[in-house]
Amino acid sequence: MDNKRNSLQQDYKYGFTTDIETESMPKGLNENVIGLISKKKNEPEWLLEYRLKAFRHWQKMICPQWAKVHYDPIDFQEISYYSAPKKKSEGPQSLQDLDPELLKTFEKLGISLNEQKRISGVAVDFVFDSVSLGTTHQEELDKAGVVFCSISEAVHKYPELVRKYFGTVVPFSDNYYAALNAAVFTDGSFCYIPKGVRCPVDLSTYFRINAKDTGQFERTLLVADEGSYVNYLEGCTAPQRDENQLHAAVVELIAHENAEIKYSTVQNWYTGDKEGRGGIYNFVTKRGKCVGKRSKISWTQVESGSSITWKYPSVILQGDESEGSFYSVALTHDRMQADTGTKMIHIGKNTKSTIISKGISTGHSSNTYRGLVKIMPGAENARNYSQCDSMLVGHDSGAHTFPSIEVKNKTAQIEHEASTSRISEDQIFYLQSRGLSMEQSISMLVNGFCKDVFKQLPLEFSVEAVKLIEMKLENSVG
Amino acid sequence: MLEIKNLHATVDGKEVLKGLNLSVKAGEVHAIMGPNGSGKSTLSKVLAGHPSYEVTSGEVKYEINFQMKNLLELEPEVRAKEGIFLAFQYPIEVPGVNNLTFLRTSFNSIVEHHGSEPMNEEDFKKFVIKKMKIVSMNEDFLDRAVNVGFSGGEKKRNEILQMAVLAPRLALLDETDSGLDIDALRIVAEGVNKLRKKDNAIVLVTHYQRLLEYIKPDFVHVLSKGKIIKSGDSSLALKLEKEGYDWLN
Repeated sequence: MDNKRNSLQQDYKYGFTTDIETESMPKGLNENVIGLISKKKNEPEWLLEYRLKAFRHWQKMICPQWAKVHYDPIDFQEISYYSAPKKKSEGPQSLQDLDPELLKTFEKLGISLNEQKRISGVAVDFVFDSVSLGTTHQEELDKAGVVFCSISEAVHKYPELVRKYFGTVVPFSDNYYAALNAAVFTDGSFCYIPKGVRCPVDLSTYFRINAKDTGQFERTLLVADEGSYVNYLEGCTAPQRDENQLHAAVVELIAHENAEIKYSTVQNWYTGDKEGRGGIYNFVTKRGKCVGKRSKISWTQVESGSSITWKYPSVILQGDESEGSFYSVALTHDRMQADTGTKMIHIGKNTKSTIISKGISTGHSSNTYRGLVKIMPGAENARNYSQCDSMLVGHDSGAHTFPSIEVKNKTAQIEHEASTSRISEDQIFYLQSRGLSMEQSISMLVNGFCKDVFKQLPLEFSVEAVKLIEMKLENSVG
Repeated sequence: MLEIKNLHATVDGKEVLKGLNLSVKAGEVHAIMGPNGSGKSTLSKVLAGHPSYEVTSGEVKYEINFQMKNLLELEPEVRAKEGIFLAFQYPIEVPGVNNLTFLRTSFNSIVEHHGSEPMNEEDFKKFVIKKMKIVSMNEDFLDRAVNVGFSGGEKKRNEILQMAVLAPRLALLDETDSGLDIDALRIVAEGVNKLRKKDNAIVLVTHYQRLLEYIKPDFVHVLSKGKIIKSGDSSLALKLEKEGYDWLN
């Protein structure tokens, strides 16, 4: 019993704040603020225009209401749209020049910026509030010709590439939060894998929200040129605060002929407390486009944080024989609400998609899968397999599934399986009678339930995901 | 090692055990027989600590470290760690968890409770493969999810494999013979016989005498309406087979 109480108190180990001097813009959103952000980043004219167009469009839009989540309307004038740690000096900085407080923060998050101790085999870009702090492994990446830097840097260093692809997968008119992001995005990662290159290390972005009353609006653009391969990982945490904070990101992936992108996320934003106070609103648009023949994009996500998650990583299967997949585990506890799923849009011939979604709801939380499989008229012999399983723990949580299938070509083969289960007393008793504690039993059952998704994650990430889910369950089951 | 006195237990508010007495010593094999609904399965579930069964009166003492302790106040996993093993009548499926991981987690939680080092995966696998021979199971079963897609006989053999691995001091076999064909029955029974030792005890709960042709019990008890109404040696089982239960009432 005592152990359980202890673990309750250390609920969220990433809930600390970093005490650091920051430079923030006053709260509020208008064209001046957007101009300031753009100026701060010394952006070219086209990008400022793009932002303003997006902003004007956004003003005409209404906040989407269709998701199965409930929250008070967001006052967009009460958010600061830019916050960055103050630079010690002007000019380019290396990671070693960072404020020691920041370095400590990353140590505490389990990430070492120290080049000697850095995570081997993974290059990391650190995004802290509104800015990228820098990327590791530059030398190794340079050798392979891989570009991996912050998007602000890329706008200057690789203007043609950015301009060519930016907003081509998620146009600003796509949805309310994508438009907002296009207007006010501050940073994020850019990466380009040249033709035929297998990226020598895994790429990763770590997002951290620190400042109060600040929104994080980052933008990731990842282009895999012909025949290239990249494994991309993303992690996120935020301090524990009583107010809600907004995170509205846009991620665009482009895969050319024979290229493959694997994108994995372990999302662990602060969830709010037991009564649902505070926590991150995670309203994210992630989409990939399989432009070329036989290209592949796969999204794997472990969504275990945020008070509200609204997220549908999707794939547009344009190239013939291209493949898209979506593997998801979404765990909700206490008062969390998640509405997540995917869209697979089949355009090319012989395209194939796979959807495996596992939702686990505990406490008073609500967990929704929402998905669309669309087969366009020209998509001869398209195939889709979807499996959506929900698991309920306790009696106060909810699980919902809203799958849509639109088929406009009769050669399509679509399979859909869905199930809802509850962890039974008999299952727990069986494991207990073999010497496992209640917590061990539940976590074994849940891990078994999620296995098909966890095995898609890179090894280190999968170990982390299992630990994360176990910790969350320990706190929410009792 | 086990002392049950005047045990009363209910499930869903209905009294199923109504004053049961039983004493089991190390090295003994007891068979509990009786018609359907007499409370046989309830007894094994109460001893293992199933939360749906409530003990309303009576006591159950079990020997831990040479002392008789109140078994009923221990959590089910503590009972398991102290050497009680229930082979389920209907073994439960655990999707996504492979048999090897499951067995090793179970084994290690028990050995760690007794202050020993947990066994690593490689050594454990060798250890389990040896044990699998006892119930004629092949290695493929280690990579399969626990009981998922197993036939009735395979599930029962898997229970006996767990018993072989965990080496309990008190094994409760709940209708282990039900649903087995004659070959599977023989394999299971031989497995149990190999695990019979002078410092452990086995309680077999069974409806039919046929299991007792392979596992010879030291004592046979007849359970009826929640009480043991007759006890004897293995000849009692034969008499029951011939004459049924009616003559006892």
